[in-house]
Amino acid sequence: MGKTLYRKVWEAHSAGILPDGRTQLFIDTMYLHEVTSPQAFAMLRELGLPVLHPERLFAVPDHIIPTDDQTEPYADPRAATMLTELRRNCRDNNIRLFDLPSGQQGIVHMVGPELGISQPGMTIVCGDSHTATHGAVGAVAMGIGTTQVRDVLATQTLAMSPLKVRAVRVEGRLKPGVTAKDVALHIIHRLGADGGLGYAYEFGGSVIRDMEMDGRLTVCNLAIEGAARRGYINPDEKTFEYLKGRPYAPKGAEWDAAVARWKAIASDADAEYDDIVTIDANDIEPTVTWGISPDMSIGINGTIPAPEDAADDETRKARAAALEYMKLQAGQPIKGLPVDVVFIGSCTNGRISDFRAVAPLLKGRHVAEGIRALAVPGSQMTARQCEEEGIADTFRAAGFEWRLPGCSMCLAMNPDRLVGDQVCASTSNRNFKGRQGSPTGRTLLMSPVMAAAAAVTGRVSDAREVFPSIVSNS
Amino acid sequence: MALAKIITITGKAVPVPGADMDTDRIIPARFLKCITFDELAGTMFYDERFNADGSSKGHPIDAPQHKGASIILGGENFGCGSSREHAPQCIKRSGIRAVVAVSFAEIFFGNSSGIGLPCVCASPEDVQRAMDITTQNPDTEWRVDLETMTLGCPGTSIPLHMPEEPRAALMQGRWDAVAELMNAQEAVERLAATLPRATCN
Repeated sequence: MGKTLYRKVWEAHSAGILPDGRTQLFIDTMYLHEVTSPQAFAMLRELGLPVLHPERLFAVPDHIIPTDDQTEPYADPRAATMLTELRRNCRDNNIRLFDLPSGQQGIVHMVGPELGISQPGMTIVCGDSHTATHGAVGAVAMGIGTTQVRDVLATQTLAMSPLKVRAVRVEGRLKPGVTAKDVALHIIHRLGADGGLGYAYEFGGSVIRDMEMDGRLTVCNLAIEGAARRGYINPDEKTFEYLKGRPYAPKGAEWDAAVARWKAIASDADAEYDDIVTIDANDIEPTVTWGISPDMSIGINGTIPAPEDAADDETRKARAAALEYMKLQAGQPIKGLPVDVVFIGSCTNGRISDFRAVAPLLKGRHVAEGIRALAVPGSQMTARQCEEEGIADTFRAAGFEWRLPGCSMCLAMNPDRLVGDQVCASTSNRNFKGRQGSPTGRTLLMSPVMAAAAAVTGRVSDAREVFPSIVSNS
Repeated sequence: MALAKIITITGKAVPVPGADMDTDRIIPARFLKCITFDELAGTMFYDERFNADGSSKGHPIDAPQHKGASIILGGENFGCGSSREHAPQCIKRSGIRAVVAVSFAEIFFGNSSGIGLPCVCASPEDVQRAMDITTQNPDTEWRVDLETMTLGCPGTSIPLHMPEEPRAALMQGRWDAVAELMNAQEAVERLAATLPRATCN
């Protein structure tokens, strides 16, 4: 039997077995951001230890960065302190920082792939659960806690146990108007918000093979919402094409050697999996969440499920609690539900292809009256591209607030937040209670084109009906 | 660095029911703006416990009868969501010494183990039974025993499970891995020399 990419990477990075049975795993690359790293540096100082391999570390501020006015000092002194700490820790330890004036700042999971730092076959960690994003290039990437950030700072290794591997194969062809986001939400719904416990997900099948890198990044980004700490896609020609020429990608003769190495790291055709799940692309609709866990979703033409129809007691209780929080009724269609705010951005859907998909649809259209619509490119590089291509102007002309790169309204650690029980059509990754900054705020997760449809109609809408070109141009 | 051997945890319990108790509910993002974990006591489950005006929502954690509890009883997929170590840190710094739940999200589980906060699983029926006992008699003294892998109180013994490696690490006082990771520096450096890194030329 052959091996999976996951197993090959694990074996190549094992520095030994610890007394408690865990593997000491070498980490090729660690990303740092301002929220989960200052405590780790403080722990390191307390232990009197140096940073062992600063050349394998890359830092970028994202969570607390204001997306309107970035003039310092920030209005929020606690946010300012976190940024100052990140700068100090990077300077004192000789760590590369993509600071705001660098032109390379952005959400950490945007910046790593965009700069070509995240490469196939690498082990990549960050104190952030959406680190599996980098698995889209064929890396083994995972979110870690702050004590583990300290471990990597001090030793460039982690104590880890291997996961099982589940192949998640999406076969067939996506229907027009169905995007990578819908694929991911559908998988989470099918397998459950806790379905991936104990597993790394290897996404594959014809839909994933046909998908461009930005879509693959979206799919892997959401692995954690299905409880899979690691999600990855085998590297192929699309991966190599994406990486070629990026600032941190190998160059010249090194490039050819790297591609040969990357091809060899992909899962073998006869690789052994602990589980295989096959999903029919035909079953995937433009998907919207209605509840407070990312697996609580339905197709745009579906109705909100009733607690009493749940298969088990736990699900029944969870649905009832979600309906109460969301102020929705069982049996109600999701289509037509009024929204207050629209947010297009985040490490899930703040990429250039997301804005490219939406911009043509917004031409000649305008955000509905009374709706606040935010468009937040995930990185400075993406923001520049959007300006150059006229995308930013299209969003502005349509009545969107076109903002500066950062995590923005995904998690409310910056000034972008919901107010009261506002309903937000959001392209981000979590619909948890209070996630977008108001303890009673309500989040509906959906794709960028679906969020755009909600923006121009003021209601949850089927993007294929609002923008017929989605279907006619496909 | 001598670490405590964590074998038994005794004390009162408090139920925190519900599936998918996510990290945003355990600690809302606005509390993450800190450069050490020292200030986190009291923030756990904040928006679950308090209204916007600071009045109590009547959460079990704030019920006088559960005051001083050292064990949380939780549902499926406890700690799902973010990797924020602030979540187990605020729980531990609020006086909780163990969490017993139906299942745990992996990052939360790893973060908790790494700071000496045991997360142990029991069946849904057994967790419900423990919640019922503790609700009826909040003064019940529970004992989480990692040696026998049981959650017990007078007249009741509930089987627990957790993966062997973290269990061993907790019981042997080796839950903070950094000292052992540093032991193998030579092997790590040999390996590092063979593994490419991203550079900007």
